[in-house]
Amino acid sequence: MSGAAAAPLGKDLLGLEPLTAEQITLILDTAEPFKEISERAIKKVPTLRGATIVNLFFEASTRTRISFEFAEKRLSADTVNVASTGSSVQKGETLVDTARNLEAMRIDMVVIRHGASGAAQFLADRIESNVINAGDGTHEHPTQGLLDLLTLRDHFKRLDGLKVCIVGDVLHSRVARSNIWGLKKVGAHVAVCGPRSLLPNAIDELDVEVFDRVEDAIDWADALNVLRLQLERMQAGYIPSLREYNRVFGVSRERLERAPRDVVILHPGPMNRGVEIDSDVADGPFSVILDQVTNGVAIRMAVLYLLSGGRPELAEAAKSGGR
Amino acid sequence: MADEIVELNAGTDDLIIVGIQRRGVQLAARIVSSIADREKAKVPLGALDITLYRDDLQTVGPRPVVGPTDIPADVDGRAVVIVDDVLYTGRTVRAALDELADFGRPKRIALAVLIDRGGRELPIQPDIVGKRVECAPGQRIDVLVEELDERDAVVLSDREESA
Repeated sequence: MSGAAAAPLGKDLLGLEPLTAEQITLILDTAEPFKEISERAIKKVPTLRGATIVNLFFEASTRTRISFEFAEKRLSADTVNVASTGSSVQKGETLVDTARNLEAMRIDMVVIRHGASGAAQFLADRIESNVINAGDGTHEHPTQGLLDLLTLRDHFKRLDGLKVCIVGDVLHSRVARSNIWGLKKVGAHVAVCGPRSLLPNAIDELDVEVFDRVEDAIDWADALNVLRLQLERMQAGYIPSLREYNRVFGVSRERLERAPRDVVILHPGPMNRGVEIDSDVADGPFSVILDQVTNGVAIRMAVLYLLSGGRPELAEAAKSGGR
Repeated sequence: MADEIVELNAGTDDLIIVGIQRRGVQLAARIVSSIADREKAKVPLGALDITLYRDDLQTVGPRPVVGPTDIPADVDGRAVVIVDDVLYTGRTVRAALDELADFGRPKRIALAVLIDRGGRELPIQPDIVGKRVECAPGQRIDVLVEELDERDAVVLSDREESA
């Protein structure tokens, strides 16, 4: 039989900051064989048969929710989607009460997206089910960070020593934080680039390079992770206008063509074409944006697989483990 | 064993040889190259990792490592021969049969194993056996292959340790 996993993940996946490089590598390695399942005629394995997973989405999401749902269904889990609108959350029920009520119906895992930073941790401390953070406020979005790492590793065949620059609204971005922590743990060099008003004040504490000009970032980087400019930020006065943002920080073909090497382009979506990224870059030969989406399902399958089951008290009883 | 497989199938047409991860894959590769030498026929070689189909997944401790699965050709209407190193309880073969069914509907599935150590827990029997070895439940038997273990050997030991 296959050997046992060297570095188990524990009960929950709340962020990449608390993980070790070995744990991150384990998730990336585990995702590899899961890619093939989505290529089969019957895209399903019986691994999580009988497990019930609740997708608790308190914030809008298309890609992440559908990606989790595909991952769950392809592992044969039963899934229930709860959105804040149309649920008792609107009647004022607290997060913990919602989760405890779900748990009383005997669920096994909760995937949570919430507007408040720390919501996933808060929930994980209070319920017995496995909790997976699908984005909490401006804190972390670990599965997005992992799928970005997997996409980079697929393309470059390594992560150690790779130069990755995150461009755009780092201040409000949980994707940026998960990327920074994840990439640094596996030995990549990380930089950020954006208007100073959209970089955290304490950016020094994250120990990353900072570029004020996107041209300098493109000169330096092997890959750019271009973040969505959250349009509501403009009203809040972080940037003067979308047109000016595009003129100064937009990733355009002209800028990339002046780079000393081919720069690979990632974007977590949804894209604002013509704002942070031009269409001919998004659809261009060095864009791996759709690979990210494909890898997202495999990464989420790997996380579900690694967190699920594995109850040690039953392991002893079942040690017959023959061929 | 290669001859027996060809004989069982009455030729090499429609044949696919699928090894079970891990040592079964190396054995399957050797059978394919042996058939290539003797019959001058190129038989597709596949690999199957049955981890996700195990019936004890909910109870084993840390999640086992999942290896690659690669079925090179359409299995519909073909004759598939599953190859593994040791046949014991039959649970791995049960999982492999389930997994193969998700790839299509083979005309026939046969089972070839290098060692049959007895001790079946399911009604599964091999079609082709390299060697039958009587083994007590407390003993373990391991097939070593040069590709992974630097030598070819079959090792019988008294301790039941986890692999």
